[in-house]
Amino acid sequence: MADLVRAKEPFRFYTRLNLTELTGLAASNLVQLSDLIKQVPGASIYQHTHRFLQQHLYLSPEPPNDFAYWITTVLGEDELGEKLASIDTIQFSTIHGLREKIAGTIEGYLKDNPRASSKFAHKDEEFHFMKSVSFILPTPYAAYNLREFADILGKVTIDSIYFHIFEARLRLEKGANDFSSWIETSLGNKKLANEIAKLDPYVYTLEDLRKKLIKIVEKGIPR
Amino acid sequence: MAKIEEYVPIVGQSIIDDLRLLAEKLKGKVIQNINSTSVGGGVAEILNRLIPLLRELGVDGRWDLIKGGEQFFGVTKKFHNALHGRPAEISERDFDVFMDTSLKNVEEVNIYGDIVFVHDPQPIVLIKKKAANKWIWRCHVDVSNPDKRVWDFLRGFIVNYDAAVFSAPAFSQHLPIRQFLISPSIDPLSDKNKELPEELIDAVLAKYNVPKDKPIVTQISRFDRLKDPLGVIEAYRQVKKYVDCRLVLAGGTAADDPEGIKVLEEVKEKADKDSDIHILLLPQNDIEVNALQRASDVVVQKSLKEGFGLTVAEALWKAKPVVASNVGGIPLQIKHKYSGLLCHSAEGAAFAIKQILNSPEYAKKLGENGHEHIKSNFLLTRHLRDYMLLFLSLDYQEDVIHL
Repeated sequence: MADLVRAKEPFRFYTRLNLTELTGLAASNLVQLSDLIKQVPGASIYQHTHRFLQQHLYLSPEPPNDFAYWITTVLGEDELGEKLASIDTIQFSTIHGLREKIAGTIEGYLKDNPRASSKFAHKDEEFHFMKSVSFILPTPYAAYNLREFADILGKVTIDSIYFHIFEARLRLEKGANDFSSWIETSLGNKKLANEIAKLDPYVYTLEDLRKKLIKIVEKGIPR
Repeated sequence: MAKIEEYVPIVGQSIIDDLRLLAEKLKGKVIQNINSTSVGGGVAEILNRLIPLLRELGVDGRWDLIKGGEQFFGVTKKFHNALHGRPAEISERDFDVFMDTSLKNVEEVNIYGDIVFVHDPQPIVLIKKKAANKWIWRCHVDVSNPDKRVWDFLRGFIVNYDAAVFSAPAFSQHLPIRQFLISPSIDPLSDKNKELPEELIDAVLAKYNVPKDKPIVTQISRFDRLKDPLGVIEAYRQVKKYVDCRLVLAGGTAADDPEGIKVLEEVKEKADKDSDIHILLLPQNDIEVNALQRASDVVVQKSLKEGFGLTVAEALWKAKPVVASNVGGIPLQIKHKYSGLLCHSAEGAAFAIKQILNSPEYAKKLGENGHEHIKSNFLLTRHLRDYMLLFLSLDYQEDVIHL
């Protein structure tokens, strides 16, 4: 049995807990929606592109963002809803880039379909902008090798996995998820790091993502 | 009262570990909750659960009440209706009554909290005692379309708080202070939600003379116009033409709700001695409420307005198919056709009830999905976590906070 590589610096698991802040801003049609998308804080764009992931842990497939869901179910603009739902969030390394893409998609659609701007949501069904406030806390868990890492992946809260995969990459703009970064730099396992990096985590439920990660990591443990 | 460890088998150890981590960060702070009643209604129910758990986690949570007479609560009931957007005749004298009692409370209530957590409009004027401590106003009411006069009056006090908390996104308002979204919750270990033996459920049905010979459609709510019990009877009558069933309308009245008895009389009149309509006045008997929900084939919540509509979460937790109005916090709990059915009218409610009664497999799936959704998002442990995050947030302005 080959030896497990022991990292000099362990992977320390953090967790992220979310509190939702309300902005008091609401849109009742597409023009207002795209104007507000351009103005609201980044934390608001983050909230509306990631909320579903955390609130519906067991449902899949889920609408990936609140904008797509609202446009489809309330305004009945299925085509635009689909365009927004299929924006590949994993392609964006900053909230700024994601925001531009969402606003640009709505504006492009309005140009081609001017009649869509005259659809208004009922007062009770307006789009309410919220924003995400993240609290990042250390957990007691630390891993020095892949065996420990896989074991802890099975134990930590789903919020911890969420933090290291989604929040670290996009919201903290680290460019990569924390797991891949550690596996590459501290364990020198570029192949395994890449395998995790090329996952599209947005198409999994969080519990399925946990299972998938454990499976990938376990494959990398020498037998 | 349940201990925090008793929640581990339901939500998992890691969720409880997170609560302990947060509680550690709040050591040394006194959280003073203030509302107007210790029994009846959702606010008292939640505080009765949350405060002992906060204390067990090591957070110094306390609870004080303001005082008020019949006149004061008569006015606050009018305010409540007006905030829900119902026309209410509110005179200058009513505002005077409200202020007179409020100012007496300002004099008499001892404020000692590092964080003062004021629930609903009744104690709102206490903000006049704000010093160096932090103040939060917790709005449990659906203020998506409030009467402007009452809202503007209250807004004059709200703007002096450090933050406000609402139960649903549609309730947020243009305010110069921070606003947070925190949904209320249910306690899976309370008498109202814990598992019950079949014999006990049967005994409660027998006690209230509700035979099990036909499907049971139930609405559990205070006798309050905003809960639309008359609309439920209309829906039942439409269903009854096609599916023979019984209707149970059960609920109590809160100490601060003088209107309740009047509504109960109207409901009895509308029921017109139909022996399949069971109108039950249950003064604070949680086990019986639990049993009635568990005995039901469909649970209805046909409110015209809702602060949140926790009876929906209670029924979904028991994996019951639910038909409920698309108001207040209800759409947060029910995703239409996935974890229940939403409706906008008595006709819509009747159609949805018929669908459920005629399709047992579909009904079962709705209930199961609903149970999972409540487990992830609307249990007391999530509520405790959000409140602790709220208290911690008062010391930061950033969107990403490293604790």
